Amino acid sequence: MKKSIIFLSFILLFLSVFGSSLTVRIPQNIDFLDPHKAAASGTDEVMFNVFEGLLKPDSQGNLNPAVAENYTISQDGLTFKFFIRKNIKFHDGSYVTPDDVKYSLERLSGLDGGPGYNSAMISTIKSVTADKNDNSVTVILKTADTNFLSNFTKAVIPRHNDQYQNSKPIGTGPFKFISYQPDQNILLEKFKDYWKTGYPKVDKVEFKIISDEQAALLSFMAGNIDIYPRIPAQMLDILGNNIKIISGGQNLVQLMAMNNARKPFDDIRVRQAVNYALNKDEIIELAALGYGTKLGSNMSPVMAKYYQEGLENYYSTNTEKAKELLKEAGYPKGFSTTITVPSVYQFHVDTAQIIVEQLKKVGINAKIELVEWGVWLDRVYAGRDYDTTIIGFTGKLSAYDVLKRYESGYSRNFMNYKSEVFDNMFKKAYAEIDDKISTDLYKELQVILTEDAPAVFIMDPNFIIAMDENIDGYEIYPYYVQDMSTVYFK
Amino acid sequence: MYYYLRKFIAMFFTIIIVTLITFFSFEIIPGDPVLSKLGIDADEAQIASLRAELGLDMPIPVRYIKWVGNILKGDLGESVRFSLPVYDLIKTRLPVTFSLMIISILITLAVGIPLGILSAKYNNRIGGFFINFITQIFLAIPSFWVGIMLIMIFGVILKWFSPGGYVSWSENPAESIKSVILPSVAIALPNIAIVIRYLKNSVLEQMKKDYVRMAYSKGLNSFRVMKNHVIRNAVIPVITVLGMIISSVLAGSLIVEQVFTLPGIGRLLISAIGNRDLPLVEGMILYISFTVLFINFIIDILYKFIDPRIKYD
Repeated sequence: MKKSIIFLSFILLFLSVFGSSLTVRIPQNIDFLDPHKAAASGTDEVMFNVFEGLLKPDSQGNLNPAVAENYTISQDGLTFKFFIRKNIKFHDGSYVTPDDVKYSLERLSGLDGGPGYNSAMISTIKSVTADKNDNSVTVILKTADTNFLSNFTKAVIPRHNDQYQNSKPIGTGPFKFISYQPDQNILLEKFKDYWKTGYPKVDKVEFKIISDEQAALLSFMAGNIDIYPRIPAQMLDILGNNIKIISGGQNLVQLMAMNNARKPFDDIRVRQAVNYALNKDEIIELAALGYGTKLGSNMSPVMAKYYQEGLENYYSTNTEKAKELLKEAGYPKGFSTTITVPSVYQFHVDTAQIIVEQLKKVGINAKIELVEWGVWLDRVYAGRDYDTTIIGFTGKLSAYDVLKRYESGYSRNFMNYKSEVFDNMFKKAYAEIDDKISTDLYKELQVILTEDAPAVFIMDPNFIIAMDENIDGYEIYPYYVQDMSTVYFK
Repeated sequence: MYYYLRKFIAMFFTIIIVTLITFFSFEIIPGDPVLSKLGIDADEAQIASLRAELGLDMPIPVRYIKWVGNILKGDLGESVRFSLPVYDLIKTRLPVTFSLMIISILITLAVGIPLGILSAKYNNRIGGFFINFITQIFLAIPSFWVGIMLIMIFGVILKWFSPGGYVSWSENPAESIKSVILPSVAIALPNIAIVIRYLKNSVLEQMKKDYVRMAYSKGLNSFRVMKNHVIRNAVIPVITVLGMIISSVLAGSLIVEQVFTLPGIGRLLISAIGNRDLPLVEGMILYISFTVLFINFIIDILYKFIDPRIKYD
């Protein structure tokens, strides 16, 4: 008896030394474990480690083959043929078959008779056929779409797990899902049969759910958290030594959106006046302590390929010009307005406070209204009932997805921006097969946005990550992702 | 007996009214559970499929009646935000909340009662003044600040406790108790101050009564007078306060849970309301109103036990 206890404690000691385990702070609960139902970016950043699509984005913004080993696209852009990676396994040990891929794609596009979970796939995919003989899946589209490829990053999941996709999710990613306890944590474990040999490097990852920044900071300082992503810049001073800090652009567009359909913002001169009134450098300095990149349109320089340079100073701060434009628009004495800000985002609240002061200088009297996140989504985002608001748009894989927010027919064009010129050019960019031409069109679209000023495009706040100094290999992604497969202890 | 029956019926109606008010207030306040859950990047197809799945298109009265029907069948429904049964969600939070309640009440009693008696005894003297001064401070400072200070001192500097997070009893009993001690202290501190104040005033009041003079003239020393006569009478208002403290801890000590990142009832309720998660909110309202009423019920019985003269009918 005694011996076995000693033996057991030896094993435990052994495990605790050699089983490396990472703890990462996340602020929110996840929405769905089922990857097709999940929509929140806070879920994506965790489950990126569990699920993979036929293709998978990397930290440079490229789409690399994952479940698919390679693929071909027909000349007319209508037929995609994916060859499944040989001997790739799901977390339960079963092999990924073409039928599983067919199941996943049909489930997403509603071809299985279900509701479908991805509107682009619902409207565009015509058929999916699996071929066991050459281990491939062929997808035929109704219309050609140059941006369609990024949809194949959606998770491939096994058909035999159909009943349990939301309770016992199974994927092909570097980590296996172990458990999720709301308000506590999400536990992941290394998937030993991961197709990419040598990865992941740690054995266990715990995503600890801590909503309060102060509490997260204290936990981090006491060593209970190894990685603290998106740490507020204001906290960096307190951290002290033995901490590694990395930062970079995060492909987020923080903006002050104006309701283009509501007076006085229906007048372009008023919107331009607001642009001239604000001092973005000051906002970056005060709200982000300098950790941010100034923007001029709805595109972050992280999207290097599509980013149109030189727009960030299009409206350099000019109080006189702002007043003049307001006078022309019929508001010589300025006006009163409300900035509706979701209270969960302290960063946006801080920004709003600075903006209120800056607007005062041109006679605009703005008042801040703090609302719950749920209310913001319902009233501002879906209901479009607001004057102005401050929000950040998270990064997307394609310029198309970034800019479609401004298409007049888009259901979440909550700024009510309407421009025929923009719509036509957007359609052209979308249909263009030549990559160079379509890229140029996307750049021109950014210029139109700057000129029409549906919003004030403020900054891409840096993504700051604080971590234990012994951790290495962390990669910053241009979208909401915490890739733990490359991280290791030195 | 009649009294208890009446009390029981009143309890039943209170719960019905509370759940009704909650249900209909959700009709008035802005916010949408589906949007809250899926966030800003949701695809329209995802929103539509979730709406259909939840049956949110039915009118509120119909949904209320359905809900009550399911309750009678013992089914609390499923949370929108967490896609888990409401019963399971509340059940997993209870151990946290109960251990917080028990430990914080033990600390409150162990410190509050002796200090309360002492401060009565040394009233108008330097010791009494000192206790008075300290209780004033603990009544005034907010508990989240006390929490942060406790974490700072015992978690970050001294490293006696690990701040944040909860270890469940089944995982490791010793660590489990350790993980709730600091938050229990944070909850207990202002409550200790309250108990001291109530006990002191009540003891002082009793000391003026005739039976105390009688006891002294019988030749009892002050310790015996206290123990056998005064405390028994003085403790009744303290029990009232204690009942209130217990129900408030059981209904969730949100701020302390937030600071110590404990997965307790308070945080669940806030997230349920924030996400407009009606089934979960209703389930929790049911639990909280039941708990509060039940504790009051127990307190009533306790009064009678301590002071047999109390009659309710």
